[in-house]
Amino acid sequence: MRASWTQGLAFSVAALLGATAMPAHAQGSLAISITYLEKKAEHPPTLSNFDLIPDDEGLAGARLAIKDTNSTGKFLKHSYALGEVVKESGGDILAEARKALDGGPKIAILNMPAADALAIADLPEAADDLLFNAGAYDTALRDDKCRRNMLHTLPSRAMLADALMQFLVKKQWTRIMLVTGHYPTDEALGEAFRNAAKKFGVTLNADKPWLADADIRRNAMQEVPLFTQDADYDAIVAADEENQFATFFQYNSWQPRPIMGSAGLMTLAWSPAMEQWAAIQLQDRFNAFAKRKMDSIDYASWLAVRSVGEAVTRTRSGDVAAIRAYLLGDQFGLDGFKGSRLSYRSWNGQLRQPIALASRDALVTLAPIEGFEHENTELDTLGLDRPETKCTGME
Amino acid sequence: MKARTLAATTALCLLTCASASAHWLYVSNEKDDTLSVIDTETNELIDTIKVGERPRGITFSGDYKYLYICASDSNAVQVYDIAAKKIIHDLPSGDDPEQFALAPDNKHLYIANENDALATVVDVDSRTVVAQIDVGVEPEGMAVSHDGKWAIVTSETTAMVHWIDTATNTLIDNTLVDQRPREAQFSADDKELWVSSEIGGTVTVMDVATRQIKKVIDFAISGVSRDTIQPVGIRLTKDGKWAFVALGPANHVAVIDRATMEVANYVLVGRRVWHMALTPEGDKLYTTNGVSGDVTMVDVASQKPEKTIKVGRFPWGAAMLPKDKIPQ
Repeated sequence: MRASWTQGLAFSVAALLGATAMPAHAQGSLAISITYLEKKAEHPPTLSNFDLIPDDEGLAGARLAIKDTNSTGKFLKHSYALGEVVKESGGDILAEARKALDGGPKIAILNMPAADALAIADLPEAADDLLFNAGAYDTALRDDKCRRNMLHTLPSRAMLADALMQFLVKKQWTRIMLVTGHYPTDEALGEAFRNAAKKFGVTLNADKPWLADADIRRNAMQEVPLFTQDADYDAIVAADEENQFATFFQYNSWQPRPIMGSAGLMTLAWSPAMEQWAAIQLQDRFNAFAKRKMDSIDYASWLAVRSVGEAVTRTRSGDVAAIRAYLLGDQFGLDGFKGSRLSYRSWNGQLRQPIALASRDALVTLAPIEGFEHENTELDTLGLDRPETKCTGME
Repeated sequence: MKARTLAATTALCLLTCASASAHWLYVSNEKDDTLSVIDTETNELIDTIKVGERPRGITFSGDYKYLYICASDSNAVQVYDIAAKKIIHDLPSGDDPEQFALAPDNKHLYIANENDALATVVDVDSRTVVAQIDVGVEPEGMAVSHDGKWAIVTSETTAMVHWIDTATNTLIDNTLVDQRPREAQFSADDKELWVSSEIGGTVTVMDVATRQIKKVIDFAISGVSRDTIQPVGIRLTKDGKWAFVALGPANHVAVIDRATMEVANYVLVGRRVWHMALTPEGDKLYTTNGVSGDVTMVDVASQKPEKTIKVGRFPWGAAMLPKDKIPQ
């Protein structure tokens, strides 16, 4: 015998709504729609089979979160639906965004390069909208290029870099070689590593660009020892967002040194290797749903939908301005399966969150690393703290 | 090695000693696949028992002859015979059982199946599944009221307390609480239901008669960041005076005055405190500390930690065997 949901449901909703003293306007049902806007970024050819980007990266996270959130919603007469717009790298996402965001305040998730996300945030149609950046790591979006209508569920490069530097300080491996690729994303990550090294007292004994365009898979054993032998250091930190060389530095360095950053010990918003803090529950759910492992981009979209769900559930309101205010307020807290209560920084809209330091198959630790203290929350030792950001106009 | 020697000594004592002088505390070690047994008078480890994979929730049968063990990764509830000192059989449990509660009829076991969004009701005598009830995502905490009328499931992702009528095994009501509800406990008089919210960082006290929220209790410990205050285990003293709440990575147990429903004290225990057990007299509280791999004994009268006892890896659940129930 299997007692059904629906049997108890009519009952339960009536009982719940009847029993709880709620303002009359909050008793009605709510239908929340969220638009998922994606424009694929342009990438060079992938070298390692491990780095193939899934077609539904990001979208699968948003879809699963809709399902998760409806599990609460069905008891409260709240329903959540996802509108999906996906464009290839050359596509005109702006025109699609205009259509999707036109007519009244809307909620949207943006999984696209920073320039496209900014262009959408600046559309007149988006002025009163709530946008979640779930695809661009660019620190500038949380700094001088922040927008009042944009929150960020993906960590910034500054947060990722700070996490790794805390780990290096903890290990007392404070002399590093930084190797930066030649794509703009690599250079931005390299700059984040330089800033973080300065912030936490890590010395760059070498700071070199990796300019080679040849297929490193065929020549790593010849090239990498030469490239890595002119300085002494404890670890090699690679800024290689495009996955063109870092993984092939492993075991090929002149001296036996670990590779970190974009390969080896990676600094990530989400790792498929995470299992603690009930992460295994989310991993299992995602694996069953998407038939693949969850990554950082999926996780960021999942967090965006879950944030909206939490705000709607607690405020019993579908009003976009009220949702935004709740998300940026003190009461908001989100379960992100990383052992901490996640919340938004009111000064730049960034979701505070622990950062995973993990190899492909094992989690090494989560940052903030124990010992890095902060007067408010240790999570604010990662990325732009209130005194550091140039973002104004959020509050 | 030490544990084995101690176990041998205890076995000897069991043969020769007239009666046990102290209650035994059973602790499940999640990452060792063992139970640790502690003598609550000497506060020493007296036995280590090999069980199924990833043991978490543990609870005694009403007559204390058996200990039920959620062996999560073995997908089974194991039945451990206290006198025979062995696992005698498994119960059908559904997938990934984490916590459970035995109804006062001593016959129906309510089990939360975390991966399947289900609660499974098992008849422990016939070893059959009596009912499966759809609940929210990631069901975790389970409680049955002392009068047997209500079974409660908390679902973590859905952030709800589900009220199940045990007469029909149907879902009657749902109460929204703060994020990641974990443990549910009825007060001895069944008038209150206490539920901890791990990520919300609160404990919600509900009036059972009306199923309304009476009070949401918040916690603040100086020098401890709010993010690390993650309430999990709850224990209420039988005399109705105190509630104890294990605060996870904040490494403290909150002591709540039941009369005022305010926090009276915070007791420092081991790292990542999960669950607790009280002695039948209610004079000693034992906490399982997952990360430090030990158990802290807290004196209830003075509200001070008095002793730390090393157990296995990642101790999780705790259950107390009263001394008059220890087999001779």
